[in-house]
Amino acid sequence: MAVARVNPTRMELTRLKGRLKTATRGHKLLKDKSDEMIRQFMLLIKRNVALRTEAEQALKSVLSDFMLARAVSTDAEIEEAVAVPGKSVKVTSGSKNVMSVEVPSFMVEATEKGETYPYSFATVTGELDNCIGVMGELLPLLIELAEVEKTCNMLADEIEKNRRRVNALEYVMIPEFKETIKYITMKLDEAERANTIRLMKVKSMIAGRN
Amino acid sequence: MSERSSIAALGDQDTVFAFKAVGVDAYAVANEAEGREKLRLLARNYDIIFITEQLAEALPDLLARYKTRAFPAVIPVPSSKGSTGYGKRSIKADVEKAIGTDILQIEENGND
Repeated sequence: MAVARVNPTRMELTRLKGRLKTATRGHKLLKDKSDEMIRQFMLLIKRNVALRTEAEQALKSVLSDFMLARAVSTDAEIEEAVAVPGKSVKVTSGSKNVMSVEVPSFMVEATEKGETYPYSFATVTGELDNCIGVMGELLPLLIELAEVEKTCNMLADEIEKNRRRVNALEYVMIPEFKETIKYITMKLDEAERANTIRLMKVKSMIAGRN
Repeated sequence: MSERSSIAALGDQDTVFAFKAVGVDAYAVANEAEGREKLRLLARNYDIIFITEQLAEALPDLLARYKTRAFPAVIPVPSSKGSTGYGKRSIKADVEKAIGTDILQIEENGND
């Protein structure tokens, strides 16, 4: 490890010792943060997997039902039926704080006006009614999935960043400080010894002259 | 941030149709280039964007950009043609990014 170019002085030594202390404490704190973030991430990712599996399966079956429903009626009829949706989905989005990561949170607002089936039952087949009903029930699930998945994305990113910081402290900063402190200590000791020797030498010279 | 709270769906005609029926703002696009333009536009105005896996796979750079931001949440969903497994893979990528190795392997295989 390369020793940073410093003046081997007592003042520098004190300064470095202070920095080493801060770095060590910071390292410990970041490591704890990392542990907790991973714990939370594990909980969330499990939920994410479960939600996604459920949502994907449900959506797949709904979509194929939709295809069937479209096949029964003419395109024009279907387009007309869904052109003006009876419900409008509103979500309120806020933000949550998970381990000092700002993540979004979505709340489904109750749909206030309108009916689920905003069309005349005469023109549209029962298949479509069914599909729209199922799809409406599926939507809150999808919104929850969106929230959980986004949180996981952001948490994963933050964990990676945090790990870089921990590693930088552990493998670069802290060893460098230690090395430099050792270097300065040795230099100072060396100067001390040189001084002692010089004094002894002077003393013997004076003694020899008399 | 909370003023612009709405949901959009982006993808092929058949898929977005289903979303449209329940009151989600649906945008049908025919090809990648169109999808890219539309997604950029939608990202400014919507909080949640459901995008078909087929389209998501074609626009990895754009999705990566939105991934680390709080808004919008771009969520891949299977299209009417079926799932390509893209959504599962992105979860896997997240786990690998955070933990360093894919520890959910068994569950993933079991579900696919």
